[in-house]
Amino acid sequence: MQDSPDLGDRGGAVCVVGAGASGLTAIKNLRELGFAVDCYERETSVGGAWNWRHDRSPVYAGTHLISSRPLTEFPDFPMPDTWPDYPHHSQVLEYLERYAKHFGLGEHIWYGMEVTSIVPAGDGRWDVTIQSTGGGTSRVQRYAAVVIANGHNWAPVVPEIPGDFDGQVIHASAYKEPSRLRGRRVLVIGGGNTGCDIAVEAAQHATRVWHSTRRGYWYFPKYVGNRPADQVYHRRMSAWLRDRRFRRTAADLTRWGVPAPDHAPLESHPIVNGLLPHYLGHGRIEAVPDVTRWDGASVELSDGRRIEPELVITATGYRPRFDFLAPELLDIDEDGRPDLHLHAFARKHPTLAVVGLVQPSAGLFPLAHWQSVAVARWLRLRTTDPDKAAAVQKEESQRPLESWSRRRVVPTRRHWFEVDHVDYLKAVESLLNRMESIR
Amino acid sequence: MSELLRFEDWSDPVPAAEREVVSRLPDEDRDRPPLLFVPGLGHGAWAFAEHWLAHAAGRGFPAHAVSPRPGGDLRAQAHDVVQVAASLPRQTVLIGHGTGARVVARALGRYPARAAVLVAPVLDGWAALGAALRSNPAGTVPALFGGRLRFSGRQLFGPDLPAGEAAAYLERIGARPRAELFARDDLPTPVGGPPTLVVGSPDDRVVPRPALDRAAARYGGAPLLFPGMGHYLMLETTWAEPIDAILDWLDKELPRA
Repeated sequence: MQDSPDLGDRGGAVCVVGAGASGLTAIKNLRELGFAVDCYERETSVGGAWNWRHDRSPVYAGTHLISSRPLTEFPDFPMPDTWPDYPHHSQVLEYLERYAKHFGLGEHIWYGMEVTSIVPAGDGRWDVTIQSTGGGTSRVQRYAAVVIANGHNWAPVVPEIPGDFDGQVIHASAYKEPSRLRGRRVLVIGGGNTGCDIAVEAAQHATRVWHSTRRGYWYFPKYVGNRPADQVYHRRMSAWLRDRRFRRTAADLTRWGVPAPDHAPLESHPIVNGLLPHYLGHGRIEAVPDVTRWDGASVELSDGRRIEPELVITATGYRPRFDFLAPELLDIDEDGRPDLHLHAFARKHPTLAVVGLVQPSAGLFPLAHWQSVAVARWLRLRTTDPDKAAAVQKEESQRPLESWSRRRVVPTRRHWFEVDHVDYLKAVESLLNRMESIR
Repeated sequence: MSELLRFEDWSDPVPAAEREVVSRLPDEDRDRPPLLFVPGLGHGAWAFAEHWLAHAAGRGFPAHAVSPRPGGDLRAQAHDVVQVAASLPRQTVLIGHGTGARVVARALGRYPARAAVLVAPVLDGWAALGAALRSNPAGTVPALFGGRLRFSGRQLFGPDLPAGEAAAYLERIGARPRAELFARDDLPTPVGGPPTLVVGSPDDRVVPRPALDRAAARYGGAPLLFPGMGHYLMLETTWAEPIDAILDWLDKELPRA
């Protein structure tokens, strides 16, 4: 590819949007099947959310993995076995940088380039408009397929709370260092993994900590005895037994005033935090209910209590954003929720896929890897054996939703993309087998 | 076995262990993929350090040899190979000798090697055992009962290797084979479809010719043969011929960008 071609027809090449973990594994697996790939990355380096230098990175100084190494690493590029069970975010970045270098992915990535529009060009092909992040001229390139890997943890969701607050309110995405908490009264809003992590950091540094959660969850420890807890659940065993193990290690925190969970332990993304009960039990964290309004120096809670924090951190999550394409291409509903086969394949556009848009019960990277293997094999099958591809598509359209998606999932944005690690991989494996089988 | 559902690796990961890695690097980076040599039963990385590593480095390939953990089972040894391969800066060529080729075959299911070379591969332990019983019954039978496998010079080396050298090497080669090395299990499909070459000698008394043909057929080709050499191609007086052929093949299969 030249430096500045005009309307470039890239032939059979595939466009990958984003060079985070999901984008990197998409490039690698597409290249492995012989596709030419152009990846566009708005930042100037790889790593996406895991690269703390990036403006949109949500990581803070104390971020560690919440799934252990064997359940987090790419299945064909292990992390060093001398690393800790739950590596630090800087190690995850180092791992992604090494993955990119090892497989020579850098030469397929265009840094500082943002995809601004993706439009169908007929015949399954796509016109992709790319602009340099600093502004400047844009160009259009035509691709045989597009794989979107733009992540879903960068557009913060801010809670709508009426009234005015005199103190400081920040979203968790802006929280980087515990020094910010030192010597202050802190309210953390949000019961997800980030909210719990920050509440624990606050317990270690702030003078007083309130943790506000609207709904109750099941809390899992990082260790059961001396084993990482997720390694204990991921033995080969019946679903029934796994369910039972989960239930026995999962804790609700109702003893400390946290709301009772309204769902079974396996029905939502696990909260993995062994220290939250610890600090609740030490009285360093006070569980409080939902915040109803701001009132000058104080915050009103749904039970009528008023508290006076100096700093409020809203750990209220992120939403997926696909501003560069028309919502109907991904069947995005009015709430912003895309409807994709296996959370990956656009239902009406066989050459459009999203990688990494899942909330698994273990690490994301293995799922993103197998998703991109499936996408690459699917794109190849379409060109080498269109009849077979049509047959696979027909079979897939009959795959029951409940076989790969959590059925009775809590219906909030946080849980849109929930999948069970094992069930989801089984579904992807059967898709791979369908594409492999020759009839 | 499912390639996606890896309950054993998830719930019982292979623990870290000391691994000996010997490396010879070229003077300048000539953009060639790293090579990782994997020894088989009874010898370590040293067998490659004698001649092959320096020779490969001389031809521009960063050359490494790993001794997998002593006493490790096949799973642990394949883990060691994948760990070392993934620690190298670029996608690596895996080259296994003897039972080390079986370890490489296992590792190929877990790591998309740039290419793979199986040298005098013992993929089918029963065929190797039969050959060993024929050529060296006295040294082999005790091993069947948990004893030490003793080799004879005639069994392992070609007639050209001076007796003194053969005896010195024989001193360093010894093994207590694990039963599973002689099992016949399904080898995984290599991930990433790497080009694969099988190299051997028709006069090898450890790996009979039909076993070489079967191994090559398994990976879609015919074996590259070096008549007159024994099992330890890297220790023979004509050690340069097979390694040059392997490097020529790599130059052809993996042309510079």
